[in-house]
Amino acid sequence: MSETPEVRPPVVTPARVIIGLCLVAPFVAMLWVGSFAKTDPTFIGIPFFYWYQMLWVLISTALTVLAYRLWQHDQRSRAAAKGGAAK
Amino acid sequence: MNNDVNGVALGVFIFFFLAVTVMGFLAARWRRAENEHSLDEWGLGGRSFGTWVTWFLLGGDLYTAYTFVAVPAAIYAAGASGFFAVPYTILVYPLIFTFLPRLWSVSHRHGYVTTSDFVRGRFDSKGLSLAVAVTGILATMPYIALQLVGIQAVLDVMGVGGGENTNWFVKDLPLLIAFGVLAAYTYSSGLRAPALIAFVKDALIYIVIAVAIIYIPIKLGGFDDVFAKAGEKFTKAGAGGLVPAPAGQWTYATLALGSALALFMYPHSITATLSSRSREVIRRNTTILPLYSLMLGLLALLGFMAIAAGVKVTNGQLAIPQLFEDMFPDWFAGVAFAAIGIGALVPAAIMSIAAANLFTRNIYKDFIKPDATAKEETRVSKIVSLLVKVGALVFVLTMDKTVAINFQLLGGIWILQTFPALVGGLFTRWFHRWALLAGWAAGMVYGTVAAYGIASPTQAHFGGNAKEIPGIGEIGYIGLTAFVLNVVVTVVLTFVLKALKAPEGVDRTRPEDYTADAGDPGVEVELPPATAGSAH
Repeated sequence: MSETPEVRPPVVTPARVIIGLCLVAPFVAMLWVGSFAKTDPTFIGIPFFYWYQMLWVLISTALTVLAYRLWQHDQRSRAAAKGGAAK
Repeated sequence: MNNDVNGVALGVFIFFFLAVTVMGFLAARWRRAENEHSLDEWGLGGRSFGTWVTWFLLGGDLYTAYTFVAVPAAIYAAGASGFFAVPYTILVYPLIFTFLPRLWSVSHRHGYVTTSDFVRGRFDSKGLSLAVAVTGILATMPYIALQLVGIQAVLDVMGVGGGENTNWFVKDLPLLIAFGVLAAYTYSSGLRAPALIAFVKDALIYIVIAVAIIYIPIKLGGFDDVFAKAGEKFTKAGAGGLVPAPAGQWTYATLALGSALALFMYPHSITATLSSRSREVIRRNTTILPLYSLMLGLLALLGFMAIAAGVKVTNGQLAIPQLFEDMFPDWFAGVAFAAIGIGALVPAAIMSIAAANLFTRNIYKDFIKPDATAKEETRVSKIVSLLVKVGALVFVLTMDKTVAINFQLLGGIWILQTFPALVGGLFTRWFHRWALLAGWAAGMVYGTVAAYGIASPTQAHFGGNAKEIPGIGEIGYIGLTAFVLNVVVTVVLTFVLKALKAPEGVDRTRPEDYTADAGDPGVEVELPPATAGSAH
């Protein structure tokens, strides 16, 4: 590993803020029980309380996938920047 | 409940049980490495599992037979409040996304097998590492015992649990056989056995859930009728309901959050995590593991179906097995029972391995025989895994089931108290080791005392896991309150100890260890395979 000075990318970037939001959103949604503690509207006979939380399984999965993709991209571009600087 | 043996269901059950037994023993040959007498091999499957194996292993590990029986049972008994398991498992994945890859990296760099190994390396404190190890073992033991309760429930409904008049040996014989077999293949194959069996378990579970969630509501006249009948029952009983009452919302949220924080503190979750091949495998898994949450949600709804179907059981744990027996044709009930039974074997195996690893690495090696070789470590671990299972068996056979359930409840509160040392330690070395130990002790004592003081209609102590939060006045999960107390004590004492310049110990890890991935220098990718042909 060479000690050549390099321009470090900033720690907080828009992509990282989005990653953070993706990971925090499920906590806000799920811990705010008052927002979904009701029976209506029902979905195929299932009260809102149940299908809403199950829907959040899918939403949070989508958000985690998004966070994962952004993170991969972030790491790759950082590695590329670092590799370029070292050469 | 009838005491007649359901022959067809039993036949199907035995068929699947034999199949996984054979798999369990053959698993020892699966991807075997040259150096098979190391704890990495036996206890972590050579740290070689890819995305899908890890997915099955973690799924098999976290969603246990007890979960399948207890979550719908809670819904059957109390309605909405039992559904907290769903938000709980939703919150787990964003949480572990942030810290598990760091734990994986540092563990691979330094050859850590348990969380206590890491805590010791990071904080240079045998006392703190011992505290984490003991908490882990204490929390895991009753969990293993509960897996047995899950098997017992199935055996009971099939009619082979024996009536009240049969002597204890005949009554418990099926359970003894099941556990003997489990112990034998865990001993010989290590973590590879549950990893392989997890495939069968999950395939069966998914089939059963898919069928149950479509077939049973149709037979019961649709979800409208199911929920209408359940609603009636709760109104008549004057307890429970289809949605949590305003007073119960804090409990619901704190239980979900506290349980989510605690889940990956359990040794068996960490064992399954560390057995994966790379950081990527873990991150990718956080995106596919939620499939299990969906399944859990559907499963929870079975609790309402049991009410609508008129299942009447005195022991709530039997509600779901009884629903299957009533609703399904015999052969498919057998498949469902096999799913639950095998669902108990996988986590029981992983938990006993995890507890054994903790004992070997952080008690035996740290305090009894520091110069133990890798071969000795493996031997000790294998023997301890047997003892742990025998202990769980004795627990279930000699004591009342409620004892196991009480301890499981306490275990959840306890294990959460290792969070500051472990997750805190993964991100910062700021906390002082003695402060962490004091915080842990404060959380443990508060949690235990608070849980002891809760009475329920049937129990004088340990009657529940929620209590008024001091200062807020709402009813919340004790584990989470204890955790907050733990953090406060840790932070305050860290300031004090730093001011007093108390010795902080030597941190053996370096910042770059936490982001290392497979292939980086110093990270062993995989142990060399025994057969050259299987290399790729």
